[in-house]
Amino acid sequence: METKLKPDFLNEVASIPACDKINECIQCGVCSGSCTTAEHWEYPPRKIIAMIRAGMKDEVLNSSSIWYCVSCYLCTARCPRDIKPANIMHALEAIALKENYKPPTKTTTMYRSFARSIEQNGRIYEFGFMLEYFLKTNPFAALKMLPMAFSLLTHKRMPLLPKAVEGRHELNRMFRNIATGGYR
Amino acid sequence: MRYYAYYPGCSMEATGAPVEKAIKTIAKPLDIELVELKDWTCCGSSPFSGVDKVKAMAITARVLAQAEKTGLDLVTPCSSCYTILHEANDLMKEDHKLAWQVHEALTTVGMNYNGTVKVRHIVEVLYNDVGLEALASRVKRPLTGLKVACYHGCQQVRPEYGYDDREYPDWLDRMARAMGAEPVDFPLKAKCCGSSLVISETDMALDLIHRLLQNAADNGAQAIMSTTCPLCHTALDAYQPAVNSKYKTHFNLPVLALPQFIAVALGLDFKQAALDGNIVSPRKLLNPYFSGKAPAAAANQPAQQAAG
Amino acid sequence: MEPKIGVYVCHCGSNIAGIVDVEKVAEFAKTLPAVVVARDYKFMCSDPGQDLIKNDIREKGVNRVVVASCSPQMHEPTFRRAVQEAGLNPYYFEMANIREHCSWVTENPKEATEKAKALVSAAVRRVFYHQPLESKEMPVHPATMVVGGGIAGIQAALEIANSGHKVYLVEREPSIGGHMMQLDKTFPTLDCSACILTPKMSMVGAHPDIELLTYSEVDYVSGYVGNFRVKIRKKARYVDDTKCNGCGTCMTKCPVKVDSEFDERLSKRKAIYTPFAQAVPNVTVIDREHCTYFLKGKCRACEKFCERNAVDFQQEDQILDIEVGNIILTTGYQLFDPTPLKEYGYGRLDNVITSLEFERMVNSAGPTTGHILLKNGQEPKSIALIHCVGSRDEKYHTYCSRVCCMYAMKFAHLLKEHVHGAEVYEFYIDIRSFGKGYEEFYNRVQREGTVFFRGRPGEVTDVALTPEEKGKLIVQFEDTLVGKQRRLPVEMVVLCSGLEAHKDALDVAHTFNISIGKDHFFTEKHPKLDPVATMTDGIFIAGCCQGPKDIPDTVAQASAAAARVLALIDKGKVEIEADTAFIDEAKCSGCRVCNLLCPYSAITFIEKDKVSRVNEALCKGCGTCVAGCPSGAITHRHFTNEQINAELEGILV
Repeated sequence: METKLKPDFLNEVASIPACDKINECIQCGVCSGSCTTAEHWEYPPRKIIAMIRAGMKDEVLNSSSIWYCVSCYLCTARCPRDIKPANIMHALEAIALKENYKPPTKTTTMYRSFARSIEQNGRIYEFGFMLEYFLKTNPFAALKMLPMAFSLLTHKRMPLLPKAVEGRHELNRMFRNIATGGYR
Repeated sequence: MRYYAYYPGCSMEATGAPVEKAIKTIAKPLDIELVELKDWTCCGSSPFSGVDKVKAMAITARVLAQAEKTGLDLVTPCSSCYTILHEANDLMKEDHKLAWQVHEALTTVGMNYNGTVKVRHIVEVLYNDVGLEALASRVKRPLTGLKVACYHGCQQVRPEYGYDDREYPDWLDRMARAMGAEPVDFPLKAKCCGSSLVISETDMALDLIHRLLQNAADNGAQAIMSTTCPLCHTALDAYQPAVNSKYKTHFNLPVLALPQFIAVALGLDFKQAALDGNIVSPRKLLNPYFSGKAPAAAANQPAQQAAG
Repeated sequence: MEPKIGVYVCHCGSNIAGIVDVEKVAEFAKTLPAVVVARDYKFMCSDPGQDLIKNDIREKGVNRVVVASCSPQMHEPTFRRAVQEAGLNPYYFEMANIREHCSWVTENPKEATEKAKALVSAAVRRVFYHQPLESKEMPVHPATMVVGGGIAGIQAALEIANSGHKVYLVEREPSIGGHMMQLDKTFPTLDCSACILTPKMSMVGAHPDIELLTYSEVDYVSGYVGNFRVKIRKKARYVDDTKCNGCGTCMTKCPVKVDSEFDERLSKRKAIYTPFAQAVPNVTVIDREHCTYFLKGKCRACEKFCERNAVDFQQEDQILDIEVGNIILTTGYQLFDPTPLKEYGYGRLDNVITSLEFERMVNSAGPTTGHILLKNGQEPKSIALIHCVGSRDEKYHTYCSRVCCMYAMKFAHLLKEHVHGAEVYEFYIDIRSFGKGYEEFYNRVQREGTVFFRGRPGEVTDVALTPEEKGKLIVQFEDTLVGKQRRLPVEMVVLCSGLEAHKDALDVAHTFNISIGKDHFFTEKHPKLDPVATMTDGIFIAGCCQGPKDIPDTVAQASAAAARVLALIDKGKVEIEADTAFIDEAKCSGCRVCNLLCPYSAITFIEKDKVSRVNEALCKGCGTCVAGCPSGAITHRHFTNEQINAELEGILV
C-alpha cells in the first residue's frame, strides 16, 4: 500500500515524554530480539522505530504490531542506547487512539474501556470493564471466559458492583484541564 | 514499628483480594504499619499511557501527591503500579514541560506534588527493612522440603530500580530459603506472564503462562511463590485451569503469593493466609505443614506430568 | 632601559585585512605611549616580514615588539625566534590576536577594526612591563623505563635498546608476552601469534642493553622529564633467578594444583610454575597464596628436588632505585568480563565462553590441544559468535572496541578449520573491518560458509520451546535484515567482548601523574596530532593502555613512542619554558595551600626553611597557585599582576 510519508512523525514521537532518545537508535535489534511477544508483531519493535524515522506514520499506526506490547520492559532493560521502546510503543498507541486509526486489534477497545472505567469510577471496576469490552468486541469470547469468571466470583475475587470513589471527580477535573491545555 | 503510606492498586480489590488480605495479615507480626491512602484513585498503569500520556502521568501524580502529604515512603504491592509510580517520579524530574502540565492539573483540584516521595515495592521493603534474619527468626512453621519456584515477574525488577537483578533476581528465593523452603532453579522467573493483555489477547497470554508453569514443573517445583503483584498471581493461579484446558496439561501448582507464603510460615491459619481465595487449591500440598507433620525432603510427588 | 615599542600589524593576505582596516590600526598604534614605529605588512610571518622587525631592532633601537596577527599557537615561536636572532630577549615580545579573536569571528568591519585597536593597545601596554626571561635547559638521562612487557613494551624496548641506549623493561607478571602470547592466530594474515612474538621475547631476554625486571611493579615515581627517579619493587619469586635454569623438575614434583590464569582457568598449573612453556625469563615463581609451605609450613618438595638449589623461601621483595630520562607506559588491557550481562548466561550456562577462553582452546599448545570442546568433551556442531558484548552500550562501555569484529571473524575461520562440518553464525550490529586486508578477510569468511546475522541477540537461554531446542543453547535475536524474531539453537556460544582498561589503571595514572579518560584509558596529549605523548613531558604511552587497538597499530605506536624518546635522548637536553611560577620566600607563610593546588605536583615544601618552592622543570605555568596563595607570595613570570592590569587597561581605555 503506497501511503504518503510523514517526515514530521519522527519529531512528533521524539517530543513525547520519555521518547526523546529515539534519534539515537543504532538499529541493533536487541529490543526485537528480547521482545516477549515479537512473533505476533507484523513489524518488530526495532522496525517500528526505523519506520518512525522513515516517516511511515500510517503504516505504523494502522498495524496491530505496537498493540502487542505487554510492558515486560526487557527491551528497555537491554537497549544499549538507553532508549525506552516500551514507552515509545505506548506513546504510539496514544497517538493512534487520538487520531482514530483503526488497526486490526481488539486491544484498542480494551484500552478505551479501561480508561472509561477510571473516568467513571476513579478506579478500575474489573467486572464492568471486562463486560463492556466483551460486549463491544466478541460476546462469544466472553462465554469461553465464563468458567474462570465463575471461579473468581466464588473465590471472592470478582466484585459484581462498582465501588466509585470520590476522587473520580478530581480525576475528571484534571482531565478537563489537560484536554484544554495539551502539550502538542 | 515501621510506617509506610500504602497504595494497594485497583486489582487488589478484585482479582488480587487474597494477596491483599495476606499482606494485611502479616503486617503487624513483621512490625509494619501500612497506612492506606484515603480515597485513592487508579494509577493508570500501562494501558492509560497508551491512551494519553499526560493524563496518565497526572493521575499517577495524584497518588504521589497524596502520599507526599503523609511524609512516609509510598509502598505498593502491585508491580505495575510500582513501575508507573516510579516512572512518573523520574519523568517529571527530567521533563519540565510535563511536570508543569501535571502541576497545572493538580492545582485545579487543590493538590500539589513536590517530587519528594520515595516509591518502594513491598518486596523490597520486606527484604531490606524487615530483613531475612528478622523474617527467619519469626518463622514458626518452617516449610521444610517444599520445592518452590519463585516467580518475580517483569515489573518488579525492570526497567532498572537498582535493587535485585533485572534478569535473574533472587530475593524471593532468599526469602523462601529463610522460611525453610527449597527454591528450585527457575530460568523464567522474571519473564512475562502476559497479564496486561490477558483480556484482549487471551491466547497469547495463555501461551506465556503455559511456558512459566511448564518451566516451574520441569524444574521439580511443587508450588510457585509469586511476587505480590495481583496480576502475576491471577495469571498463574486463576488461569491455570484455562492453560490445562487449552494445552491438555495437568498442572497442579498452587500459587502462593509471597505474603501468603509468609503467613503460613509465621504460623497463621489457612484462612488468615487467604489461601481459600486461591483457585488452584494449596490445601493438599500444605496439609502436612498445617497438621504439624513436616514432610521429609523428597517425599512429595512432583506436581505435574509433562505434556510431551 | 627605556621601552621603545615596535608594532607590526599583519594583513595575513585577506584573512585580517579583508575585515580589519589594518592601515588605520597601524596609524592608531603610532599614537600609543612608547611606540616608536608602527607598520602594517602583508605577511608578517614571512622572511621579509620578520626582517622588518629585525631591522627595526638593530637600526631603530626597538626593544619591545608587538605583532598583531594570528594566534600565538601559530607563530609565537616564529616571532620569538626572529626577535632573538636580532639580539633581543624573546620574552620582550607580545602578540595580539586580531585574526582568530577578531577578523575571523565577525563580518562587521567597523567593529572588527575597533576591536583590533583595543587588542593592539592592550598588547602595547602589556609589553611595556615585560621582563627578560631565560628558558632553562635540563639534561636528559639516556636510560628509559618501559612499563608493561606485552607486544607494545617489547617493541618499544627493542627499538630503544637497538640504538645502544639502556632500557629497563618492567613487567608485573612472571614472564613478558602479555595477552598476545595467549592468542592462537592473528588476523588478517593468520600468523601464529606465539611464533611471531617469541623471537622478539628472546631478543629482549638476551639483549645486553635491556634490563628485564619481571614479577616487578613500579612503586613510586618522582622527578621530571629527563630526570625521573623510580622505585621498582621486584617481588619475591622465592626462586633465585641467577640459579634457576627452567628445567621444570620442581613443577612436576609440586603437589598443589591451581587454576591457570594464562589458560583462562581452563587448565591447572602448580604452585611453583612458569606461566607458559616459552616464558621469558624461563624462571619459575612460587605463588605463596597457594603454596603448602607458606600456608602450612610443610612440603618444600621443590626445594628438595631442585638440582641447582634455586628455591629460596627466605627471599624478600627487593626495592630498586633507578634513574631514567623517559618513561613509556605500555600496560595493555584486560578483557571485559561478560558476567554482568546475565541475559547471555556466562557463568550460569555451560558452553557460553569468552573470547580468551576460545583462544586458549583453539591454540594447539593450549589446555585442549587445539580442540574446541563442549563441557561434555565433544566437539560442537554449531557455534554462535556474539559481537559487541559490553561495547557500544550505555550500561557498560559506550565505545566500540575496534578489534572484536575482526577477531570474531577470525574465530569463524578457525572454527571452520578445526571442526569439520561446523555451522558457524556471527551476530553483529555493524561489521568493522577497517584495516589493510580486513575487508578481504570478511569476504573470505563469508565464502567459507559462516552465516552472518545482523542483529544483536536479546538473550541466550536453555529453556526449550520446541523439541529441536532441547539440550541446546538458544540464541533469541531479530534478523534485522529480514525483520523477524528468530530462535536459533546452537551448541556453543562465544561472547566477543571488548577490551577495557585494567582495573588498576587509575592507580597507575596517579603513580605516573598522567591524565586518564572516562573509560580509564590513558589520555594522549592530542588525539590526532600527538597520540603517544601525554600531558606530562617525558612520559609516553603506547598500545591498548591508550585505547583498544589491534597488533599493527600497537606496534606502530610503540615504535612511535620509542622514536620520541630517542629524539629526546639524542638532543640530550630539554628546554623548560620560562613562564613559570616563582615563590617569594620572604612572603611565604608555609601554609602549603599551593602544594595541594598544583595539578602537576610541581611545588614541594622545604622542611628546613619552612617555605614552599616551585620545581621549574615541572611547572607548566597554569597560574593556579598564583591565584590560590593567601599571602600573595607567588608571582607568575610573564603573567605578573602589573602586566595583566596593563593589558586590561589597554582594552578598556
